[in-house]
Amino acid sequence: MSRVMETPPTEHSAAGIRRQRPVRARGPRESVLSRVSAMTVMAVFTLYFLVPIWWLFVAGTKSSSQFTSTNPLWFADFNLIENITDLVTYRDGVYLRWMLNSIAYAGGGALIATILAAMCGYALAKYRFPGRETLFNVVLGGVLVPATALALPLFLIFSQINLTNTFWSVFLPSLVSPFGVYLARIYAAASVPDELIEAARLDGAGEVRTFFTVSVRLMTPALVTVFLFQFVAIWNNFFLPLVMLRDETLFPVTLGLYAWNSQVNQIPELRGYVLIGALLSIIPLIITFLLLQRFWRNGLGAGSVK
Amino acid sequence: MSRTKRAVVVALLTASTVALVGCSTGGSSASGDADAASCEPSTGQVDLTFTSWIPGIEDVVDVWNEANPDIQVAVQTGPNGNGGTYQNFFNQLKAGNAPDLGQIEYDALPNFRVQNGLTNLAACDGVLDAQNDFVDWTWGQVNFGEDDAVYAIPQDSGPMAMFYRSDLFAANNIAVPTTWAEYAVAAEQVRATGSYITNFSQSDINQFAGLVWQAGGTWFENDGTDWTVDLTSDASVTVADYWQDLIDRDLVSTNPPWTTEWDNAYNTGAAWTWTSAAWGANSIASGAPDTAGKWSVAPSPQWQAGDDASGNWGGSSTAVFTGSEHPFEAAQFALWLNTSEESLTMLNESANLYPAATDGLTLPVLQEGVEFYGGQAIYDVFADASSTVSPDFVWGPTMTQTYNDVSDGFKAAVTGQGTLLEALTSGQTSTIDALKAQSIPVKE
Repeated sequence: MSRVMETPPTEHSAAGIRRQRPVRARGPRESVLSRVSAMTVMAVFTLYFLVPIWWLFVAGTKSSSQFTSTNPLWFADFNLIENITDLVTYRDGVYLRWMLNSIAYAGGGALIATILAAMCGYALAKYRFPGRETLFNVVLGGVLVPATALALPLFLIFSQINLTNTFWSVFLPSLVSPFGVYLARIYAAASVPDELIEAARLDGAGEVRTFFTVSVRLMTPALVTVFLFQFVAIWNNFFLPLVMLRDETLFPVTLGLYAWNSQVNQIPELRGYVLIGALLSIIPLIITFLLLQRFWRNGLGAGSVK
Repeated sequence: MSRTKRAVVVALLTASTVALVGCSTGGSSASGDADAASCEPSTGQVDLTFTSWIPGIEDVVDVWNEANPDIQVAVQTGPNGNGGTYQNFFNQLKAGNAPDLGQIEYDALPNFRVQNGLTNLAACDGVLDAQNDFVDWTWGQVNFGEDDAVYAIPQDSGPMAMFYRSDLFAANNIAVPTTWAEYAVAAEQVRATGSYITNFSQSDINQFAGLVWQAGGTWFENDGTDWTVDLTSDASVTVADYWQDLIDRDLVSTNPPWTTEWDNAYNTGAAWTWTSAAWGANSIASGAPDTAGKWSVAPSPQWQAGDDASGNWGGSSTAVFTGSEHPFEAAQFALWLNTSEESLTMLNESANLYPAATDGLTLPVLQEGVEFYGGQAIYDVFADASSTVSPDFVWGPTMTQTYNDVSDGFKAAVTGQGTLLEALTSGQTSTIDALKAQSIPVKE
């Protein structure tokens, strides 16, 4: 599913070129050869990333008997609607439940993680207190620890407090984003002027009010970036739910599809559900990216300019 | 620079402390009561948890819950065993919150046994007597040849037979092979038509084990304390050399199994037979829909003309985990789940499970002719096969590792690097090493 991440950049790089045209005219002219080769490389990679999605889409429109017997990259009879209907009615619509779970884990988790990261990063950037750098370094160290390595220790800890196999066992660990703290600190240091905070204080605003009314607005591009990263990270985090959850009604869509896929040898009709399910499961990611990509582009660029 | 280094050290220390804390607390609670001798009914209402990855098993459990208000079973689920559920079981055993019951395939049972994860149900009412309700060899899979021991209740089985394209054999005047020698001759004749007699699977090592099983071999033995690893017994060598010869002469194809190419080979008539388990009937029907009505099922080819031996591929059991507070009730549920006609019929309909219970082999749904197989009552063949599976085959305690290592060797062998026998020989060595690494006593 990480493939999906790669598609939007091609779109906004195209938009970016359009917008920057007046600027580029003043710069040194590139040779035709280098432009052609750059475009070729981009075209090849675009194709490389889009073909699997195209395959998935085509496969999603086929009936199970045509799936193996027809050209994998072109349509046979168009059964997309039937396939979707079969999927959402299979086992009382458990698939829809998984989608809602994923949206709850990823949407809720990313939102809270973003707020926490913003507050933490802002505090690290704007307040001087003993141990500030140590604290920041520990958080930074957290970036280096892969989430997968923490799943098993988390399981044993959650077992101690009888919280495994609950919504919280996946939701709570999703609320921390060391990378988000790092980004928020760097961005707050660069984009929130001390003078502005000073002015807010002189006008009688408390620290919390200053943060939410002044600083957060200035930090928005970075926060959208943090939100998107965390949203995708939670959506794709497969190992933690695999280790924590046993109750099918709590599964996120990734784990549910994986469980079905592991049954394909014995129950072949599941293959069709896995395909169409995978196709539908990338739609929320695409929507999120399309809605937030403008902010995201600003956020990515900001660090490099300052 | 030094600051970054310090941060890394801090992070690593934090992570390892967390891991250590996790391990030590988990370890203490794992050494729970391994009280196998007694198995008394509990008083009052009993709630059990049961983890299984069979889709639709909730409906079967609902039937039980309806009839047994005092013993309520809650279903938990996940991916199939090797897909993560076994690892979850081990994690849960370590953390002390394993379910009461779990689905475990036969080849994974010894792994749980050596880790003390299974409750011996022999003392539970009716469990030892239930031996007569199950096909002989399936019982051997759950008591490991020990007297007074029952570590799980057999659920389903995969007796093997030969699926073949009866139309193609007839149209080309090729006799349907009844021995492996005839099978090799037929392979040449089929190859002359441009097709392959079958596809040799480079990664279904449990299918290969089934073929060794049929040849009278076994891969492991346990004398009560020590394990013996014997991947290169005479039977294994015979089977490996036989298939190596077919591969060398390009008489079998070597597509990776369970892929689209593999399905396609069957769907287009490029492969004519498949020696597979009862549950494989559905794999062909869905993978090769264009060939409906053209398949039949015959007993597996034999090593000696006139013999009557079959192998087994797959099958699972219902086990009660260490730490369950209600082994008596759990055993009652497991017996009902795997012997009652109602349950077995539902499991067959929802997940194509082929029962391990003797009475299950004559379920009405398994008596009918199957349209995809030209109306042949194919399950009669599998019922006969099930009665000729040897009860002596034993799985080792590290089958996942053994499968992986042998499969690596097989994948190399089908591309012409090394042989199947060399793969088994190196699998033998690596399995002994793996057992030693886990401090499991092993004879060399």
